[in-house]
This record gives sequence, structure tokens and C-alpha cells, in this order.
Amino acid sequence: MTSQHTGTPDQPAPGGHRETGNTKNEQAVRAAHSPMVAAERARKFGSWYYAEHALKVMNGYRWTLLAYSVGNPVMYLFAMGVGLATLVDSNSAESAFGGVSYLAFIAPALLSSATIMTAATEFTYPVMDGFKWRRVYYGPHASPLAVHQIVNGYIIAISLRLFLMSAIYFAIVAAFGASPSAWGSVAIIVAVVCGLSFGLPLMAYSASVTEDKGQFALVMRFIVTPLFLFSGTFFPLETLPIFLRWIGWISPLWHGTELGRVLTYGYDEPLWLSAIHILYLVALALLGWVLARRMYERRLGK
Amino acid sequence: MPNQTNPNYVISADRLTKHYGNFAAVDGISFDVPAGESFGLLGPNGAGKSTTMRMIGGVSQRTSGKLTIMGLDPEQHGPEVRAHLGVVPQQDNLDEELRVRDNLLVYGRYFGLPMSYLKPKADELLEFAQLTDKAKAKVDSLSGGMKRRLTIARSLINEPKILLLDEPTTGLDPQARHILWDRLFRLKESGVTLILTTHYMDEAEQLCDRLVVVDKGQIMAEGSPATLIREHSTREVLELRFGSERNTTVAADLAGIGERLESLPDRVLIYTHDGESALEQVTARGLHPITSLVRRSSLEDVFLRLTGRSLVD
Repeated sequence: MTSQHTGTPDQPAPGGHRETGNTKNEQAVRAAHSPMVAAERARKFGSWYYAEHALKVMNGYRWTLLAYSVGNPVMYLFAMGVGLATLVDSNSAESAFGGVSYLAFIAPALLSSATIMTAATEFTYPVMDGFKWRRVYYGPHASPLAVHQIVNGYIIAISLRLFLMSAIYFAIVAAFGASPSAWGSVAIIVAVVCGLSFGLPLMAYSASVTEDKGQFALVMRFIVTPLFLFSGTFFPLETLPIFLRWIGWISPLWHGTELGRVLTYGYDEPLWLSAIHILYLVALALLGWVLARRMYERRLGK
Repeated sequence: MPNQTNPNYVISADRLTKHYGNFAAVDGISFDVPAGESFGLLGPNGAGKSTTMRMIGGVSQRTSGKLTIMGLDPEQHGPEVRAHLGVVPQQDNLDEELRVRDNLLVYGRYFGLPMSYLKPKADELLEFAQLTDKAKAKVDSLSGGMKRRLTIARSLINEPKILLLDEPTTGLDPQARHILWDRLFRLKESGVTLILTTHYMDEAEQLCDRLVVVDKGQIMAEGSPATLIREHSTREVLELRFGSERNTTVAADLAGIGERLESLPDRVLIYTHDGESALEQVTARGLHPITSLVRRSSLEDVFLRLTGRSLVD
């Protein structure tokens, strides 16, 4: 029933600017494809179209991102891995950090915490911006895109950002000689999944926030910071009293970091524990993804 | 227009209803829009116009009733329905982090349109929206009227045959409104079906071939602006102001002049076929209003007649 609507090259374009002198051929080149084709493409590639948009926005401040991605690890690695490490390495027993340098010990932790920190920013304020402040979600929502594709597209774009950031981070870590194992570069993927396992549940939460009363600052202060400090980041979790260790067990950062250590310097942990790390991170990310989609559907579909 | 005789209307709503909890935002409205028509929903804020638009736009689920756009149900064929439309929302939602032209390109990608089509199209639309020299500007540097025009340009990127405009000129200054009306008029001339909501009677009169007057989620009347005025009002209106205290009390003394009398807090309206002679009758009765004005009836009067309330509160 829509055939009368598709392929009408004789009709003037909206805007009426098509010159009458145009040949049929030129018009065919310049006319938009039919709505049915648009819908079909959107159904297939919609998530990628939204990712394209998000990446284009990011491209607007690419130098800031790049400077951050390089500057941040260099700063941390110098402060902790070189400065603090001189003190730590000369004062601890050979086996204190599994027989590796302090730099090698904290490098995977810094890698994962960097993705978590970035995820904590990218999945909070921009989400609020999309729904409320500048309402950027409502544009694509009126287009052939489906709501879940907006969610997916944004996740794709942020994952790509986390990947690039982690790759740069890892390259610098490796240049410091802090990733002796051949499997080290897989830690990049672990760091990305780690960031998502924290970021996607947060995305779902952010989508539920209708009024900004400083919730995101609280998340940073009371969730991200404690996780950063008590997830076996700067010292093995076992050195904490037992009643504080649960923070590490529920923390995606601990799971990501431990897995990273296995990969970068062959940290010795039972295989079942590594499997738990992977399962936990993936499960959190999936749960967050499902919830985020549900929250977005509910909020945009009102 | 060949489609006018086609029983397949581009938009067809049958007892369309939307509830939010117990509140009926849209309460069983029915209308059909043939291709190429410029169709308006006129009503005050909160009448259910935007909710109706969101259902037509395929972004809000209806509670009951039937709705088809190009013969498609937006709840079953969301992407297909939305691919047919251009949408100008009530609030601009441009991406202010992108530049003016990039906003068009990015939006066009949502329709899967290739860059080879989008680049010349974006330039053409910028020209249409009189924004060519702003192509590389940041969106947040644009004035309200420019943002509105950019939003309209964005809605045309997929060459839609149906354009939904929700309060297109609300918040704009008179000059910006006239520029916008001119652009919309050109679209109408090029055969695009316009669906617009407004609470401005002059906008409805300028742009709509046909409109429905909506209040409290229901259709109060339907017809062309001229028909509605003819059916629900007189040719002329005499507006009298006696000062805020006397406006209501003086009404009794005016009885019998004109066909109908409406007394509002700030003025008294006398509906008549001949405003000047009505004014003569008023002064003959020894009544001397502070100001008097004879004007033609407008949709505002139609709305007042139908609902007992003004359009703009």
C-alpha cells in the first residue's frame, strides 16, 4: 500500500529547490531512497548509525581525549609505579607482590580503574543530557531508529573509546616493561569489559534519574572512590581485614584487575577463580545492558 | 492531486485514545488526512495535541483506537512509519555539540542515507533554511528562530512526504515566525502533507487547509478556517473595553445589540454582521467604552464559542 509513495522522482523535493532543468538521471542520483529502504537499513544497522553519531561528537574533542588517554597513565605510572614503587620494592619481601615489581603489580589495576573512571563519566551526565538537559535522544527517537539501537549505539561508541584508551595505556605499560607475559595485550579487552560491567548498570540507573540532585557526584564519591581504593588495586586484597574484603569481591574492578594480573605477568590463581572473574564481569555488563534498554524504552516511550 | 480521491488517507485515526493513569490526554479522536493536505490541530496547552502528534510520530503507544500512517500501524511498523515522516518537535533537540551542517548529516544517517546523497542535500536544505553561512557554526550560537529553521531542515533530510510540526513557532518573535511560515508554505506548495499543532489562531489560519479544534482530548469542531468561522461565529466582532470593573456589569445594558455577547474580564465582545452599526447602537444607549475595535471574526472566537475559554491563557 505504500507503493504509491515510493520512487516518485517527478515530485519536487521538500524545499522545492530542485531545478526544473535537471535531467532524470541527475534526479535519480540525488533523490533519497524510499522510506521502506530507510526503515530496512535502520532495522539492520541502526545501532551503528547511532554509534557513528556518538563518535562524531567525540571527534569534536579528540585532542582532549587523546591527551587524557596518554597523560593519565603516564602520570599514574610515574607517581605509583616509579615513585612509590622505589619505596615499596625496597621495603617488601620478594614475594609480597607475587614476585613481580610493584609497577607490574599495579599496572593492570590502573588499566581497569581507568576504564571504570571513564565509564563513570560517560554513562552518567551524557545520559541525563540525552533525556533531560539537551534532550538529544529525542531526535533519533523520532527517526527510524528503535530505542534499543540508541542504547546499543552509545555502548558501541563508548566501548571503542575504552578500547583505544586501554590500548594506549597498555602500550605505555609495556614500554615500562611492566607486562612481561605474552598474553599481556588481552588485558586491554579485560579492561574494556571491566569498564562496561560497571558502566552499563550505571547507565540503567542514570536513565532512571529524572531530577539531578547530585546523585552522580555521590556515585563518584561513595562508589567509585571506595572501589578504587579497596579492590586490591594498590595492595593485595588479602592484606585487608576479612570484613572489608567483600568490597573487593563485589567490585568489578577487583575481578578485572586480578584477571589482568593473570594475563600481564602470569599471576598465579586457580583457573576456577579466573573463570569467576570473567563470568562476573560479563554477567554484570549483560544485566546492565538489559536494564538500560528497559529503562530507555520506558522513558522514551511515554 | 490524484491521492485526494484515494480512499487510502496518509493518516487515519479512529477513536484514538491515550490515558496516563486515569487521565485521558486524548479521548477518542477520529480524523483522516489526505495526501497533500495541510491539517491542523488547534487547541490550548494541555488539550492533547502533542500526545496525538507523538502517537502519529510512532514514539508513543496508544491506549485504544486505531491509527494508521501510510496504511501502517506505528506500533507494529515503527521504523517504517517513522521513515515516512519528518518531525519538528515542540522543543528543539539538536545536537549542540555538533556543528550546524553535521546535525543534518548525522540525522540523515539514521535513515541509512549515503554521504553522497547527504552532502549536497544538506547544503540544499541549509540554503532553504537560510542558514548557508552558518553551516560551520556551533548550534548553541544560533538564535531561537535559526535553531527552529535548522530543526525543520533536519526533518526534511529524508525527503518526507509527511511533515509533523508540533507548535512550530512557539517562542519566536514575529519576524522569525513569518520567515518560518514562508518556508512551510513552500513545502506545502511542493506537495508535502503538513500536520501541525498550534495554539495560535493566526498560524492555523495561515497554514491550514483544514483543522480540528481540540479541547480536553476531544475534537470540538472540524473544517476549514473559513468554514469554522462561518459556522461558529459572525462575520465581525465589536470589542469594547469599559475598564476592568465595568466590563461585566455593563453587559446587561448591551443586551440585544448584535447576535451574541461574550463578556470577558478584560473586554466585552459583541458578535454581529456589522460592527460599525453595533457600535452606533452602543453609543446611542449612552454607553461610552474606553476603547472600541471592529474586527473580523477569527478562530479565537470559534474556540471561545465552542469551549467558553480563550486559546492562550
